[in-house]
Amino acid sequence: MNNFEHSHSAHCESGVMSAMLRHHGLELSEPMIFGLSSAMTFAYLPFLKLGGLPLIAYRNMPKSIIKNIRKNLKIKMKLETFSNKEKGQKRLDELLKEGKIVGAQTSVYWLDYFPEEMRFHFNAHNLIIYDKEEDGAYKISDPVFETPQVCSAASLTKARFVKGVMAPKGLLYYPTHVPRDIDLKPIIAKNIKKTAKRMLKTPIPIEGLRAIRYLAKHIRALGKKDKRYAKLFLGNIVRMQEEIGTGGAGFRYIYAAFLKEASDIFDKNTTLDEASKLMLEVGDEWRDFALAIAKSIKPKKEIDFNGLADRLLSIAENEAKVYTKMLEFNGK
Amino acid sequence: MDVNSVPQDDSSTYAKNKKAIYASDENGNVSVVASSGWEVEEAATKQALSDLEESAKQAYTLVKNGEMSPLYFHMYAVRMDLQVLSESTGFFKWTIKKDFDPSKFSNIKDKRMAVYAEAMGKSQDELKILPKGLYE
Repeated sequence: MNNFEHSHSAHCESGVMSAMLRHHGLELSEPMIFGLSSAMTFAYLPFLKLGGLPLIAYRNMPKSIIKNIRKNLKIKMKLETFSNKEKGQKRLDELLKEGKIVGAQTSVYWLDYFPEEMRFHFNAHNLIIYDKEEDGAYKISDPVFETPQVCSAASLTKARFVKGVMAPKGLLYYPTHVPRDIDLKPIIAKNIKKTAKRMLKTPIPIEGLRAIRYLAKHIRALGKKDKRYAKLFLGNIVRMQEEIGTGGAGFRYIYAAFLKEASDIFDKNTTLDEASKLMLEVGDEWRDFALAIAKSIKPKKEIDFNGLADRLLSIAENEAKVYTKMLEFNGK
Repeated sequence: MDVNSVPQDDSSTYAKNKKAIYASDENGNVSVVASSGWEVEEAATKQALSDLEESAKQAYTLVKNGEMSPLYFHMYAVRMDLQVLSESTGFFKWTIKKDFDPSKFSNIKDKRMAVYAEAMGKSQDELKILPKGLYE
């Protein structure tokens, strides 16, 4: 038994890492984890379809937060995958018996504590398993839930061993060494620069500000497509931006929180403070954009494709100002 | 977004749960506020859910009319489509399409049915029949 404490987060992966490191004596907020792993981005991959709709992402690839935090903070972590269910469950039980808390990758669809309305086939959901009950069910700290959950063994095992895109292969992870007294300043500075550069300068149109403009272009062209598809296409943007645990505005608010914390760490650095404020404003613009979409996908409503595309272009322009501001930060 | 303007819309898609939203106070500090929902997000989720529901309903009719095998309905009933089913079974799409053919459905080998059953979380017997009385 361990005295693990659950906390409520916006996003599963940053939430798990924050809670896990806190348990091991390293206090880093969810936004700090998010910022230190350069997790924020914008990606639009029209050729990669999920449920017939293009992939739109406001953050980096799944597992990149775990991997970047491990690398950037020099944390020693063990990641284990398994060739079959039996081995995977046995190992989990061993780790729990040792008193460890264990991170796991799962499919949302098979977790029995998820309400019907939230169950979709997404295979890269992260959670912490922190204890086992007498009847064999597991105690789960799922960061996107307000309180701890309980999951039956059968359901958890199924969720850990689904096949397909981003198949978890039973992935379990836990730190073996967490350093104390990390000098965050150089890591913060480096990752602020990295995020800003990626957003401003990615030379291909599928990531960064170019991807936002690319999406705007495709929205403009949606008028020529079937109306039902057009509405699903637009609704999908809102889902990726708001539904999947982004903390609001497609991770822009959480990143603003990171910039504010970073400003405090650098003795109330004004450049970072201003960048945080600008990011909050851009976040509000993303929310307005989502609102405009929600209005237009209602039945019998006409869609103003050009209006939506123009909003996106304005967002891209204002995000550029945030990243330019972030690049002004000299790391001192 | 201001801490006081975080939507609390009691969205049905949250099923009484709350999500963490980041919002700022008057000093510019940004922290978590638990939100009971936002109607904008709810509209998008409901749209996706009703699209899945519509696919299942159409599949149900096709199976009932003998145009498709029960497997076709069960795929949508567990919120999958051909792509997801193909990925979660490891079967090629074109081979799954053959299994949608009602005349060939009974020829599927037990071993193959077991893979479907595992991927879709249903028993083989369940997969072989169309549940009665849905969508009526």
